[in-house]
Amino acid sequence: MEELLDILKSLHPDVDFEHCDSLIDDKILDSIDIVSLVAEINDAFDVAVPAEEIIPENFNSAQALWEMIQRLDEA
Amino acid sequence: MSFASAQFLAFFAVLFVLYYLIPRRHQWKLLLVGSVFFYFFAGWYCLVYIGVTAVTTWLAARKIGALQARQDAWLRERREELNKEARKARKAADKKVRWRWALGSMLLNFGILAVVKYTDFVLGSVNGVLSAAGAGTQLPLANLVLPMGISFYTFQSMGYLIDVYWGKYPPERSLGRFALFVTFFPQLIQGPISRYNDLSQTLYAEHRWDSRQIAMGGMRALWGLGKKLIIADRLAIPLRELTAAPEEYAGLYVLAVMFLYAVQLYADFTGGIDITIGVAQMLGVKVTENFERPFFSKNIAEYWRRWHITMGTWFRDYVFYPLSVSKGVLKLHQKARARLGEAGKRVSVYLCTMILWFVTGLWHGASWNFIVWGLLNGVVILVSQECEPLYARFHGRFPGLKGTFGYRLFEVGRTFVLMSAIRVLDVYRDVPLTFRQVGTVFTSFRPSVLWDGSFLELGLSAGDWLIAALGAAALVVCSLLGRREPVRQRLVRRPSLAWGGCAALVVCMVIFGVYGIGFDATQFIYNQF
Repeated sequence: MEELLDILKSLHPDVDFEHCDSLIDDKILDSIDIVSLVAEINDAFDVAVPAEEIIPENFNSAQALWEMIQRLDEA
Repeated sequence: MSFASAQFLAFFAVLFVLYYLIPRRHQWKLLLVGSVFFYFFAGWYCLVYIGVTAVTTWLAARKIGALQARQDAWLRERREELNKEARKARKAADKKVRWRWALGSMLLNFGILAVVKYTDFVLGSVNGVLSAAGAGTQLPLANLVLPMGISFYTFQSMGYLIDVYWGKYPPERSLGRFALFVTFFPQLIQGPISRYNDLSQTLYAEHRWDSRQIAMGGMRALWGLGKKLIIADRLAIPLRELTAAPEEYAGLYVLAVMFLYAVQLYADFTGGIDITIGVAQMLGVKVTENFERPFFSKNIAEYWRRWHITMGTWFRDYVFYPLSVSKGVLKLHQKARARLGEAGKRVSVYLCTMILWFVTGLWHGASWNFIVWGLLNGVVILVSQECEPLYARFHGRFPGLKGTFGYRLFEVGRTFVLMSAIRVLDVYRDVPLTFRQVGTVFTSFRPSVLWDGSFLELGLSAGDWLIAALGAAALVVCSLLGRREPVRQRLVRRPSLAWGGCAALVVCMVIFGVYGIGFDATQFIYNQF
């Protein structure tokens, strides 16, 4: 989770990713951020995020992202 | 049959009355019959094209759904005996089969779109190369007729197919119901590009007479028609003049073209979408919004989140994301990062962004001006992205500036000017000519044309210019008033005001609407896409 937070912080250092749960709904992360994030997740966790998983529910918070990474890793 | 025609009014009046008279369980069937009838007016051959798309997409989606169900059942039955690797292997093998069905249908339907829309573009480009090389021969153009709304219904159908392939929802069982999703007449002409899981919520439902919804829908359709007839078609007159002989209208005229076209396109496209959403609402069907006050955007990326929203999200979900997470692009990301460090992280993202805008440009039209238009949009978005640290530093030095009204106005104005300048490629339809014309703004500005009466020789009288200006001002005011709650929603609570407003709008349309002045006043700009 710490590593994920570091990746998120590198995208937007000014955002409180630990507590924000509306990253997509509040348009904090845009589509360019999202694909950058997916590429970083692929590098850091060796988890491929398929396009169908790129939905607001999975990207609205660091926690949701972390749960998605774990789910995809186990699948 | 255009929305702005007596034919459409008669067609809709009959459909509307029947819709609320027949048993409610048959309402969707009536919509299907009406949609096929509406489409038939565009030419019987169009029905063949849309029919092929509807049937092949439905069949492929059904097959994919059946394969998915079979896989789920197989895995369920063997839950105890299979290990993780065996389950994974089976899923991967089945996914390949499902992908083949999806790919087959996509190749067929995008193939049809490509052939009818881009054959002459390819042949024309080959001819250009041949003549540049000095070859005496030229390939004959195919002159294929573009079926009405083919880009819109193809994209809508393929979006549905990909969603089913991704397992977002099960496929529609009924061919009739799916055919209605593809052919639903209000959105056939210029979108929006609906998603099945959104539109199907209300498209097949049984609808009781709801005076409030019908009034709201009616007002919206009327407002859209007003935008089209009073503003868009009025501004089409000087624009036609200014672009018919571009060499005569340089300098300040080019600026006029930029801004007049911005207003015309906005009035035309949002007017058409207002009619679409309003007409659908009168039938109880909720169609996705396609605009969110785009001219109040602070930058181009935001503008594209608020203009033609359904097209933008389609390209984002079905082109940009799949491309960005593909194996090849992720490999490129790793390599670029290893070689270039932090800066390399952006290489693959920027490449995908430019591909996205290339495809978006191509979708808009089979010509180089649209491709250059798309690429320019991509370049501006990426340059803005790169400039973000600069902006941050600037705002760090002037911390109080960002939230002020003046700075917000500057941002909105900057976006409007930038978008209008890029969009001028759409007006001249010729890339070198467009750049030459824009260049004349700096070389032969001639501001005197503003006050020497030159603008009164472009087909509009002083009164017409005043009506257009008042109309444009009304658009801005209504946009501002509708920020929290649509104006219609407020009007509908006060019926006398609503009726008065509608009557006034109809009178304005009758008196100030532009009818039959030697051009096709009823053709919507986005119809051609």
